[in-house]
Amino acid sequence: MCAQPADASPTGRVVLDARDITRALTRISHEILERNKGAGDLVLLGIPRRGVPLALRIAERISSVEGFQVPVGSLDITMYRDDLRMKPARPLLPTEIPPGGIDGKVVVLVDDVLFSGRTIRAALDALNDVGRPQAVRLAVLVDRGHRELPIRADFVGKNLPTSLVERVSVRLAETDEIDAVTIDGTIDGTTDATPEGSPA
Amino acid sequence: MKRHLLSAADLTRDDAELVLRTAEELRSLADRPIKKLPALRGRTVVNLFFEDSTRTRISFEAAAKRLSADVINFSAKGSSLSKGESLKDTALTLEAMGADAVVVRHGASGAPHRLAHSGWVRSSVVNAGDGTHEHPTQALLDAFTMWRHLGSLDGRRVAIVGDVLHSRVARSNALLLHTLGAEVTLVAPPTLFPVGIDTWGVETSYDLDAVLPKADVVMMLRVQRERMNASFFPTAREYSRRYGLDGKRMRTLQDHTIVMHPGPMVRGMEITADVADSDRSVIVEQVTNGVAVRMAVLYLLLSGAEGVAGADESENDA
Amino acid sequence: MTAYLIKNVAILGGAPTDLLLEDGVVASIGAGVSADGAEVIDATGLIALPGLVDLHTHLREPGREDAETVESGTQAAALGGFTAVHAMANTEPVADTAGVVEQVWRLGREAGYCDVYPVGAVTVGLAGTQLAELGAMADSAARVRVFSDDGKCVSDAVLMRRALEYVKAFDGVIAQHAQEPRLTEGAQMNEGDLSGRLGLAGWPAVAEEAIIARDCLLAAHVGSRLHVCHVSTAGSVEIVRWAKSKGWNVTAEACPHHLLLTDELAASYNPIYKVNPPLRTAADGEALRAGLADGTIDIVATDHAPHPHEDKDCEWAAAAFGMLGLETALSIVQETMVDPGLLDWAGVADRMSYAPARIGRVSDHGRPIEQGAPANVVLYDPSVRRTVEPSESASLSRNTPYAGMELPGRVVATFLRGTATVLDGKLQ
Repeated sequence: MCAQPADASPTGRVVLDARDITRALTRISHEILERNKGAGDLVLLGIPRRGVPLALRIAERISSVEGFQVPVGSLDITMYRDDLRMKPARPLLPTEIPPGGIDGKVVVLVDDVLFSGRTIRAALDALNDVGRPQAVRLAVLVDRGHRELPIRADFVGKNLPTSLVERVSVRLAETDEIDAVTIDGTIDGTTDATPEGSPA
Repeated sequence: MKRHLLSAADLTRDDAELVLRTAEELRSLADRPIKKLPALRGRTVVNLFFEDSTRTRISFEAAAKRLSADVINFSAKGSSLSKGESLKDTALTLEAMGADAVVVRHGASGAPHRLAHSGWVRSSVVNAGDGTHEHPTQALLDAFTMWRHLGSLDGRRVAIVGDVLHSRVARSNALLLHTLGAEVTLVAPPTLFPVGIDTWGVETSYDLDAVLPKADVVMMLRVQRERMNASFFPTAREYSRRYGLDGKRMRTLQDHTIVMHPGPMVRGMEITADVADSDRSVIVEQVTNGVAVRMAVLYLLLSGAEGVAGADESENDA
Repeated sequence: MTAYLIKNVAILGGAPTDLLLEDGVVASIGAGVSADGAEVIDATGLIALPGLVDLHTHLREPGREDAETVESGTQAAALGGFTAVHAMANTEPVADTAGVVEQVWRLGREAGYCDVYPVGAVTVGLAGTQLAELGAMADSAARVRVFSDDGKCVSDAVLMRRALEYVKAFDGVIAQHAQEPRLTEGAQMNEGDLSGRLGLAGWPAVAEEAIIARDCLLAAHVGSRLHVCHVSTAGSVEIVRWAKSKGWNVTAEACPHHLLLTDELAASYNPIYKVNPPLRTAADGEALRAGLADGTIDIVATDHAPHPHEDKDCEWAAAAFGMLGLETALSIVQETMVDPGLLDWAGVADRMSYAPARIGRVSDHGRPIEQGAPANVVLYDPSVRRTVEPSESASLSRNTPYAGMELPGRVVATFLRGTATVLDGKLQ
């Protein structure tokens, strides 16, 4: 059932290494605090699979600055996808809403890569069925462009201009043994004709 | 998973575990303010019931509606057997209505199989109980209930007690629990075992008292009234004495052992009220779990393009 | 009347010779026979068998002319190499009076494809309570000698005894459908490993065997002839073998489908495989083939049972019992008996022509192909293989379990008293 774990030894061009990722997440954490004027009413929801460890890491940083535990959970968007009927049935991933719920809270959705924007559209729908937050923000580790919907991120680890044939891979220690963001494939398409993360 | 769910034998271990895990995610929906998911929006699920079974029908109906499917209930009591419309003509009618899935309950063993494989309909067929054959979603919800209480079913001992001969629940459970690694013991008087039970890959016993102390799960089956006067056993009283689960027998169970019943119960016959209402009894929970499991089945059969679950998983394609 | 000179034909698979059929009889046999004006058939590679005789056919007329008529059923019979069929009594009305059997007999004569010998019911309306007028049917123009409640068992031991005794007066035989009714209430398929798994009510072998054993003892006790219809289990073969070893006057038949098919087919829940008695296990099939080879089973009978499409295009429990058999019987006997070496062509002639005619007391059929015998002959090509195509059947029904199956052999020609009913594989 598990997704194929990404290769632990990345091929492709490394665009963010472990230290870059750490720095980016630290910066995002501070930006969230700054924008939100503190951690009060904040709830972090990671989008499985790799948004969840990212949300946990950001929560940890925020907690260490603020001195209390920020609620963190996960939000599966599988059933809200707009391509559900175009692919084989997908297994569900965990949705865990922190005990305090999201009503009246500022929810920060956390994902690894922002691409077409369709996942976030689905996440907003899923959130709508869970409760009514005061505001919803979006934090992503990588924004690779090519948006298909009017959606933008509030907090971005790195803007990464890419070609559509390129493949952006995020590996995290929690799921893939190492931290790295790599780009595979080139414009002439020598390594991968069907990039992961292509718009659905 | 295959396109249809006709028998518990259609499920590989991976398939069954996928259903259980999916059901686990869906079960939490009951705790949310909006108990609805959009996954099957625009899909039509037909509940085609040739036999009365209110509890199974409303369970499927709730499951389909929580996934936003349109539900048509078609109660066709009195099948072609009673000179009504034939199964085939009913099927063609449903096809014309654009059914994506047909949930069928029928008194004839194999009727869902015929529906799925005779070229009458293109939709997915889910067996909601056929004759004395199978009831695979009941087995899935039973396995799900056990799994939530006991964790992995590998090596777990499950005793299924009662009218195995006529029980579709027993058949589906024996198959599914075997697939999931449990050790199943069927307990019944010899008259209520089918010929060939030795080929089922399960243990059998005529002695309930010998089986109970080792069991992790005890599942009591209903004994239908029409069996009472057909010489399967001398009297209801003798049956209860030898094969009923009462308070005295319950005290021989291990501390963690749970008691199940697919319902509807005949209190005082196969199970006494004090057992049915005890802390060990998960009978009410079985009903709750039924909705989650049927949601999982409908989701996995219907949401995909090909009805093939788990074959594809591309991440971060946002 | 056309005479036929059949050249280079292997009679019962023997050395090729020539055969002249003229004026309704076998006029002469021998290499180099010539006859002016005779139509010459080059039969190189073909086998000549005596016209086949079926002791167990359902022609459905009167009453279910949507399923089969005497005409369509006898056309199917001719295409299968048969020159005589016994039409079972379970029509509507039941063939339990001289009037009904004479009607069926006359319809057969009018159709002209095959001689039709009506089987009379043992009990009034097949109800199993009161003897039908067996003597009246025997004395009728149809000259009934075989009596059967086929489809139903004469389960009442006293009634069975009386029937066995009574028909001695006119050398009749009771053909019993052996099925203990209480043991088979609601039964759908062979009771065994598979019935339990499929949840289809089981049909135990003992329900057949217990009746056969009882009837053998009854027949011995009253000194009558007993014929056992469609023996389907290994145990039944054993009981018949035992009865014969006692010298009792017991004969038995096996159906092609029980020789070839097994109960595993029920796993499809496709009622095309639903038949009474049910398809049994591979071991039962093996015992039947062995019994047919050693003569314990005297004959092959088709139990040709046409049903309209809607009676099979439904759920298993709602479907009718029975399958077509006339047009495929000889091929299946070749497949299951001849090709594996269990029976030679002379044996086939015995099991499918001589013996059934003897049991049915039919004098004009089941005679060896020799000079002066009635020219009831079938020419058969055992070397070809064909795929069964239901739409090609002459039967009005299509319920063949062999659709799409490849079977050996083909009936090339059938002659009824010297007249070709089938030539070049086609009805005349």
